[in-house]
Amino acid sequence: MTIAPKAPRKLSMKDRYSALTRDLDWEPSYVSKEQIYPLTTFEGITIHDWSKWEDPFRLTVDAYTKYQAEKDKRLYAVLDGFAQSQGHLSLTDASYLNAMKLFIQGIAPNEYNAHRNFAMLARHLEGGGPRFAALCQCLDEMRHAQTEIHTLSNYNKYYGGFHNFSQQHDRVWYLSVPKSFFEDALSAGPFEWLIAIGFSFEYLLTNLLFVPFMSGASFNGDLPTMTFGFSAQSDESRHMTLGLEAIKFLLEQDEKNVPIVQYWLDKWFWRGYRLLALVAQMLDYMLPREFMSWKEAFELYFEEQMMKGLFEDLAYYGIRPPLHVDKAIQEKEHVSHQAYWILYQFSHAAAFTTSVPTAQHMDWLEEQYPETFPTYRKLWEKEQRNIDNGGRHFIRGLPQLCQVCQIPMGFTEADDPFVQAQRESIFEGERYNFCSDGCQYIFEHEPVKFRRAWLPVHQIYQGNCGGPTLPDVLNWYGLEPGDGGEYLGSIDHQNWLKWHGDPAHVENDHAPAAAGAEGGQ
Amino acid sequence: MTATAERPVGVDIQENEQNRAVIEAIEADNEDATVRHMPGLVRVTSPGRLVINRTSVEERLGREWETHEFQLAIISYFGHIKEWDDDQILIAWDH
Repeated sequence: MTIAPKAPRKLSMKDRYSALTRDLDWEPSYVSKEQIYPLTTFEGITIHDWSKWEDPFRLTVDAYTKYQAEKDKRLYAVLDGFAQSQGHLSLTDASYLNAMKLFIQGIAPNEYNAHRNFAMLARHLEGGGPRFAALCQCLDEMRHAQTEIHTLSNYNKYYGGFHNFSQQHDRVWYLSVPKSFFEDALSAGPFEWLIAIGFSFEYLLTNLLFVPFMSGASFNGDLPTMTFGFSAQSDESRHMTLGLEAIKFLLEQDEKNVPIVQYWLDKWFWRGYRLLALVAQMLDYMLPREFMSWKEAFELYFEEQMMKGLFEDLAYYGIRPPLHVDKAIQEKEHVSHQAYWILYQFSHAAAFTTSVPTAQHMDWLEEQYPETFPTYRKLWEKEQRNIDNGGRHFIRGLPQLCQVCQIPMGFTEADDPFVQAQRESIFEGERYNFCSDGCQYIFEHEPVKFRRAWLPVHQIYQGNCGGPTLPDVLNWYGLEPGDGGEYLGSIDHQNWLKWHGDPAHVENDHAPAAAGAEGGQ
Repeated sequence: MTATAERPVGVDIQENEQNRAVIEAIEADNEDATVRHMPGLVRVTSPGRLVINRTSVEERLGREWETHEFQLAIISYFGHIKEWDDDQILIAWDH
């Protein structure tokens, strides 16, 4: 009698991971490691043993493709349903889409940039584990760029501001903020990238970017955005793991790595935090149905989780919380109000619209910011009186930009909303301006890199942006009438009233609001 | 400095029918867990550690569930993923 051979036992997750990632790596025999991996030494980081890199997800290529396909299937079902049922009409208001315009212009192209650099890491990191994790993240980032563009393309059929995001990302002044942030990281070495994007952005700050956008979408009837956001965010938790693993790995490998990593952490916390000023104003001002203030989000996702959780963990390795984190905490009462006020005054040159918050919205802001909003409320009420007298204002001049974060210098001292913050440094006889101690600190460490920043205002003055007049520049930006300016009376607003049979539309029919027309000029 | 055993860790999970069993399993297996509902998501936090057991999820789901499936549910987390194997996912701080 013969005994039938036992069916082969399924490998455990641990063994499968080992067989399908690390076992596919090999020792080179006829070229040196230095020749194969030329990029892992110039930053001064020392790695003794690449095999110590852990991937807690234990992800293998079969599991990766299976679950990513399932995520896409779920998303595309939602997109179809929303488009077929004219879902855009059930948004809270057309002005909600300003948040999404900012998203497709500022974030989607940087997902693509992230994919490029993770492809580079998937080639250049020396360990089989981190190379495979970088490959997965590279594919994720490409998926994010594609699903975001695909999701928001439905709104492009009906609303302004979506039609030319890629060109605008390369040219428009406020989009140089996210663009220069990512290009700073892209032009660094592989380890700085891992700390900049993998750790500081993905682990430390990404919750503040995605979760507010997506919960805001959920509260404002934007089911597709909520779904792509959560779909992308499910990959994000894997990216967070890679980032946390990266910092721990670098710190454990050699003590000499600690000060290098500390500087990158100081730098990229502040770079990321400044970038999030755009998210702060979105949360507090761009959502018609408010859900959470910037202050509350910052306390929840940064102060509680990171300051009280993560940094106590990293203290074990001799890492302290990032420099200037105290300024960020002080500013949480002010930053969104100041950022929106800047965008409000320059939205005639933007691919989104702005408006004075309604009285009801200001009441909500006052509940969220009882200490500080009364000051800003006076500003808005003054502006409302200007508008009532026919004078909605846009700034006609060009602002001084911060040399590092590239945001117009409209922020005040962290503890005094009446004193504008301005720092300056002289480097090789030239004067450079900064919005904050954090940005100045970065410049002083890397003046040769940041002196070459492509500052949109300087470029306009140098004649590199289509011509000397505002219409020349807006044309070069690829803006069309209705993309920017004041929301009330804009093309989007007019259409919204028409589609909803609002009597206000009939009244406005013969007298298009002056403020909207003003915006395109 | 707060002890590793007390500093909270947590996970954000998409709120939908499929994930209900996962959330219930986490609540059952982590007695100090706190659950907070936010638009579209559920946030579960727990002091020191948070564990997700395959068998607990399967009991509530009424079918086989592999821990990799948690990737479809998770939006974000804080803490460190200490263990992710066939039977269990464990989130805790290291130090």
